[in-house]
Amino acid sequence: MSQKNRIAGGQIDRAKTLKFSFDGRSYAGHPGDTLASALLANGVRLMGRSFKYHRPRGALSAGSEEPNALVELRGGARQEPNTRATTVELFDGLLAKSQNRMGSLRFDLLAINDRLSNFLTAGFYYKTFMWPAAFWEKLYEPVIRKAAGLGSLSGKDDPDVYDKGFLHCDLLIIGAGPAGLAAALTAGRAGADVILADEDFSMGGRLNSETFAVGDRSGADWAAQTVAELASLSNVRLMPRTTIIGAFDHGTYGGLERVSDHLHSPDAGKPRQILWRIYAKRALLCAGATERPIAFDNNDRPGVMLGAALRTYANRFGAAADRRVAIFTNNDDGHRTARDLHAKGVRISAVVDVRPDAPLHPDYQVLRGAQVVDTRGRLGLSFIDVRQADGTMRVVECGALGVSGGWNPNVHLTCHQRGLPVWDDAIAAFVPGENLPVGMAVAGAANGVFTTAGALRSGAAGAVAALDLGQTPDLPQTEDAPVNITPFWYVKGCARAWLDQQNDVTVKDVKLSHQEGFRSVEHLKRYTTLGMATDQGKTSNMGGLAIMAELAGKTIPQVGTTIFRPPYTPTAIGAFAGRHRGQGFHPTRLTPSHKWAQEQGAVFVEVGNWMRAQWFPQPGETHWRQSVDREVLATRKSVGVCDVTTLGKIDVQGTDAAAFLNTIYCNGFAKLAVGKVRYGLMLREDGIAMDDGTAARLAEDHFVVTTTTANALPVYRHMEFVHQCLFPDLDVQLISTTEAWAQYAVAGPNSRKLLEKIVDQDISNAAFPFMACANITVCGGLRARLFRISFSGELAYEIAVPTMYGDALIRRIMAEGAEFGVTPYGTEALGVMRIEKGHATGNEINGTTTAQNLGMGRMVSTKKDSIGAVLSRREGLNRADDLRQVGIKPVDPAEKVPAGAHLMNAQGPVDAVHDQGYVTSACYSPNLGHHIALGFLKNGGNRIGEELRLVSPLTGVETRVEIVSPHFIDPEGERLRA
Amino acid sequence: MIIDHPLLGPRDAAEFTYMGDAKLIDRPDPDADTAAQDFHDYAYLRDNPAGWHQELWFHEAGDRSWLVVTRNTLTHEISKVELARDVARSRGRNK
Repeated sequence: MSQKNRIAGGQIDRAKTLKFSFDGRSYAGHPGDTLASALLANGVRLMGRSFKYHRPRGALSAGSEEPNALVELRGGARQEPNTRATTVELFDGLLAKSQNRMGSLRFDLLAINDRLSNFLTAGFYYKTFMWPAAFWEKLYEPVIRKAAGLGSLSGKDDPDVYDKGFLHCDLLIIGAGPAGLAAALTAGRAGADVILADEDFSMGGRLNSETFAVGDRSGADWAAQTVAELASLSNVRLMPRTTIIGAFDHGTYGGLERVSDHLHSPDAGKPRQILWRIYAKRALLCAGATERPIAFDNNDRPGVMLGAALRTYANRFGAAADRRVAIFTNNDDGHRTARDLHAKGVRISAVVDVRPDAPLHPDYQVLRGAQVVDTRGRLGLSFIDVRQADGTMRVVECGALGVSGGWNPNVHLTCHQRGLPVWDDAIAAFVPGENLPVGMAVAGAANGVFTTAGALRSGAAGAVAALDLGQTPDLPQTEDAPVNITPFWYVKGCARAWLDQQNDVTVKDVKLSHQEGFRSVEHLKRYTTLGMATDQGKTSNMGGLAIMAELAGKTIPQVGTTIFRPPYTPTAIGAFAGRHRGQGFHPTRLTPSHKWAQEQGAVFVEVGNWMRAQWFPQPGETHWRQSVDREVLATRKSVGVCDVTTLGKIDVQGTDAAAFLNTIYCNGFAKLAVGKVRYGLMLREDGIAMDDGTAARLAEDHFVVTTTTANALPVYRHMEFVHQCLFPDLDVQLISTTEAWAQYAVAGPNSRKLLEKIVDQDISNAAFPFMACANITVCGGLRARLFRISFSGELAYEIAVPTMYGDALIRRIMAEGAEFGVTPYGTEALGVMRIEKGHATGNEINGTTTAQNLGMGRMVSTKKDSIGAVLSRREGLNRADDLRQVGIKPVDPAEKVPAGAHLMNAQGPVDAVHDQGYVTSACYSPNLGHHIALGFLKNGGNRIGEELRLVSPLTGVETRVEIVSPHFIDPEGERLRA
Repeated sequence: MIIDHPLLGPRDAAEFTYMGDAKLIDRPDPDADTAAQDFHDYAYLRDNPAGWHQELWFHEAGDRSWLVVTRNTLTHEISKVELARDVARSRGRNK
């Protein structure tokens, strides 16, 4: 198809033709085009349907502020909804579809909504779908979701990679228009580390869209020449296609670089996008300004566009929205559009200027003091109705109307750190206030300086000030016309005049919301949804504010703006996730025996970031319980082995190491002999139990502390706090050695016999009794540590070797243990054995329980100070009927004991008031042949033998249970000492 | 945010873990007659100022120093960063 609206000039490469498709039809464009410019060049004005009323819409703008021309890009897994056709860079084979329609774009069945518009006004969700309540979820919401909304996702995994990166610079320049380029040139020539970022693929900003000269050449040529010089400077990093999406604390900026979006698919090894975190000593915001429309009845027809956008399409892209164009303006910039288009051979039907003193032009008619009051044309503009200064009506034929209501400085990033913009009467717009983000300054149109010469000057001056350079460089002569504007926001009419075209909010909606009492600008926004669409109201907010001010009898600055929040433009969630998705969501930590366990066919479970073997299925075992029961029985009968590397290990050294542990643990450590291990309980300062573990004294000034897997980090942090903040002069050094040592529990009556084959030293009961520890060697000289401690309740050891030998050690243990039938066991069997033994873990030390609750009240030493000791003695934590850890077994051995269930008296009501306690851990005990549990029971220590009811209203379970000692196995601890 | 570590220079706040009010350094005397009340206040009562605040940050992904950071909670401006052990010593927490 021919490019019927392609006109001369522009910065497109006409030597090459790109094929693309929109809604299944093929078109041609050129490198340098956007999707929108190429569609306009092909005579396509209709690009989408509106959100609520399904009205036909076309591109309003030529940039990232676009509310209407949202399309679905690409197909398959790469399908991307809601991309702005005005920023999509054309590439060969580009595939785009219009969205939010039922049927075709030209005959959208849901356009019926437009006829129902009286019903679909502001707040219609709140008013209409109130009842019956059940209808909301089942009927209203699904129907509304189908009818409204924008594009759709593919539902498939995103095949592309997103990266994150970090950059540092002396000066970050945001925007590469005249101000940004002048700043970059000044700073770059001075040798500073400069980053120049621009959301566009072609740097130059408005210089690429205007016809006036800069120095002795065109603005676009000057921009290209400047960019070329900047590219030659090694201290300047040019970042086109990069949107600075937010200004964060202390000079940190978020930048989204679209590395591959302009390609059919990313090159091999390249990410689709990179989210940069930029640390900038200083930043200069040169983000330019956004033109705003004027609202009038039916101002949303395809062809009604921003005036400067028409200029951009003509001058930069060589595309006319139509061959016959009218202009509606309240300022001189509209006349610039008319002049440029006229010079390109586009016919100017009329320039409608609300000002009675508007400048005239010899070649086309200027209607002074006139207003556009309505438009006509079903799927695109055909005529406008103009009310002239004398009140008479006139019809003007045109296929495009350029609307120019003035320019709003892009102050967004100046407000990301709570800054508020201030009103400037001279340009009738908000400009940045004084409370800018740390290190930021603003130059050019973003600061309300609307002339090109002014932009160059303020950009260069901004760089000089930021870097303390002393003198401003020579700048080329260029356009320096004053701004002439008469604020004018909307034409009073009787039909609908659109403010927010993306969310379908009209002038009438704003009036209705005011009438219904929504007086705050933030309430207006939420009630009408004005400015809440993906464009964040870049072209609509000001109009809404102005109308609200008029209704309230206030000035615009009195009404104020809503808060600008990052991101500046919509940003794919994938970019924020970066590589942190799927397997990369968090690091995976593997135990030293992982490879070996995989070979055994272990089933793994995630514990924190660790992958731990949960059980080791044997041939013929079809249910996990079979494996776990076998592992438990084999360990208690002979010997089992389990990787316990994941438990936290903290090395504590120094002459005050014992004194330090005496402070950390509630029980005493000062007198622990060298070569001995002691169980220790840590309290928080409020007297609640924090964590438990062991401390082994390997030397007078050297302890090894263990923590639970989950608390390895918090306990280490706590110990450093106690040392550095509370007792800074104690001679003690702490270091986490969790990853440095591979550690295995070897448990069961044959554990000594097995280890004797590996350990080089005498580990007989006499030489190495219960709770002994030592630095030893294994396998004829490899350094190792041995601890005679037991979590399972059996004769047991934990043996540690440097991590690099962990794999070898597990294989050696399995080989040497073959004669005893050594059985590897996983975390499930570990849990069963500790419940059988009545040992507490995180289920019991759960952040609400005290030493007394855990049955360890007497461990809290009264002879010394320790963290939590004082508050653990509080009356409220020491009541006679406090919760106490108990064992629980079902009266009927066939019954289960559900974890989380609550204990109730045998008789009486079942409610929270009569609650007696709860179950924390439960399992099937293969040794006892029935289920068992641990739990907390009021006055539990005195209720052994009592029968209670265990209820779980959630699952409907009610079971009779008996309270027993929590030590189901070997309560006297004889096995440990064997 | 960027925290200017006294030993390591400016570091991103993401490397740190936050613990709140630096008054936690002033652990009461456990042997005082008023110890129960003192520890109650120490454990539970915190000011929540809108403005300058001294707070504890732990350089967990760094050198494991506890720092006392003087930060404005309204603007996030940081005016001073000290090693917590120096602050503790200056407040009399010697052996």
